[in-house]
Amino acid sequence: MTEPLSRDDVAHVAKLARLRLTEDELIRYTEQLGKILVHAQDLSSLDLHGVAPTAHPFGLINVVRSDEVRASLDPAPVLAQAPDVEDGRFAVPRIVGEAP
Amino acid sequence: MKSALEIAAAVRSGQSALVAVEESLTAIRARNEELNVFLYVDEDGARAAAARVDEQVRRGEDPGLLAGVPIALKDNLCTTGIPTTCSSKILEGWQPPYNATVVDRLVAQGAISMGKTNLDEFAMGSSTENSAFGPTRNPLDPSRVPGGSSGGSAAAVASNMTPISLGSDTGGSIRQPAALCGLVGVKPTYGLVSRYGLIAFASSLDQIGPFANSVTDAALLLEAIAGHDPLDSTSLPEPTPSLLAHVNDGVAGKRIGLVRELVDGADEDVVRAVNKAVATLKDAGAIIVELSMPELHLGLSAYYLIAPAEASSNLARFDGVRFGNRVDGEDVTAMMEATRTAGFGAEVKRRIMLGTYALSAGYFDAYYGQALKVRTRMIEAFAAAYQQVDMIIGATTPSVAFAFGSKTNDPMAMYLNDVFTIPTNLAGEAAISVPFGTGEANLPVGVQLLGPGRSEARLFAAARVLEIADGRA
Repeated sequence: MTEPLSRDDVAHVAKLARLRLTEDELIRYTEQLGKILVHAQDLSSLDLHGVAPTAHPFGLINVVRSDEVRASLDPAPVLAQAPDVEDGRFAVPRIVGEAP
Repeated sequence: MKSALEIAAAVRSGQSALVAVEESLTAIRARNEELNVFLYVDEDGARAAAARVDEQVRRGEDPGLLAGVPIALKDNLCTTGIPTTCSSKILEGWQPPYNATVVDRLVAQGAISMGKTNLDEFAMGSSTENSAFGPTRNPLDPSRVPGGSSGGSAAAVASNMTPISLGSDTGGSIRQPAALCGLVGVKPTYGLVSRYGLIAFASSLDQIGPFANSVTDAALLLEAIAGHDPLDSTSLPEPTPSLLAHVNDGVAGKRIGLVRELVDGADEDVVRAVNKAVATLKDAGAIIVELSMPELHLGLSAYYLIAPAEASSNLARFDGVRFGNRVDGEDVTAMMEATRTAGFGAEVKRRIMLGTYALSAGYFDAYYGQALKVRTRMIEAFAAAYQQVDMIIGATTPSVAFAFGSKTNDPMAMYLNDVFTIPTNLAGEAAISVPFGTGEANLPVGVQLLGPGRSEARLFAAARVLEIADGRA
């Protein structure tokens, strides 16, 4: 199995997960996550050749309801809990930059 | 405090539901500040609900199985009109626009919600020390942890604030605090209880279940909340099982497997309790079969890849857009980073990063993919065991309740608390922890009974045999 992760790996993963880490946190998480991943290497002690993966205990199948119009949540109380709202919609800061 | 069964019987025959509610409020006032059990006490809501139950009784209607019974709810269950925080700053102040299905079912059965209890942030932890709102203390010894993640719900019952409560169990988060607080705690079969409105941690593992002082009350509560829910596509399409009617069925002729891997590594006092429980069940007519399931040792590693992987995906929704708190940033990515960095605590960040790593390109096969194969082997190992036995017995936790701070600096040491409870979640099966005897410092020890999917009635019956032998009922 692969070697436990590096400091750069942790920085990359934090970026993917939309988290900012301080220098201290980077060092601490690299050590802690490394320890957990070393423990996880015991998984390779079992011969798993040809074993099918299980992502769900009962093997999920699609469950569909009948195609009928039903009431859904009233938008007002939902929007009332949002951090920022404009014209009945969720408002967020700028997503796309100015044209050059 | 009376049992849930006794309170419901009294209320149905005319005693005001306010009696038990006021008793509960008095108990909460007496110790909540010291123990930090409830994050929110719904005093007005509880009194109003009690008045509604009284009115139903007056009109001659049946208020339900839990008529007038005060209950505490883990604060990862959505409740309208009052906050739901998951013990996280990111959700502080948020009020869900809908109720979890279990909450609606409790109301329909006449139960009275007293409020929301503390947990490890997003249910990630084994001691309730990861709450953004401070740890919960163990009512039996306030210098020790109540266990986690459902530590608040366990402490509510252990301090007689409510006779019953609800928690959620992803890797042991009901059974472990039940063991540490001297309670009955149940992890039901995956799909038996609707997860709609339970804020997701690891969706293929999470299951809501009861805490109670007795097997009978735990069976009563599970019966009240179980059953198919069209709002949860993983809900078993079956009618509610009959549980309460079977608690006194005993264990005569039942084959019970003593699994070495569910005892090895536990402290001496815990091993002693399990051995005594085995002897008790044998005396009650059970046939004991010694088994070894080496695959169980790998459960911990598989779990600590699968659960964080699912969590990293589930917690992506907390981005400061639709609910919860926001920290502003110059563009949307900066806003999301600032929000998540300020909103999540250390353990939640650790698990999100672990899961993101396990799922990331280049590492997926080595970690997550491998863990899913181990999960298959675990399910096969249980299936093979249940060809030979009706249920399995082992320890719930390696030790009795431990001191604050003793495992907080070493995540791996904390994770090892879940070594005996995790396999049941990976297999989607049922297990119960029942207090049996005491160990170090006169603290309770939990014995765990495990069974295949839908074996709850059988597990309750065996747990009841132990409870009676222990002089608890």
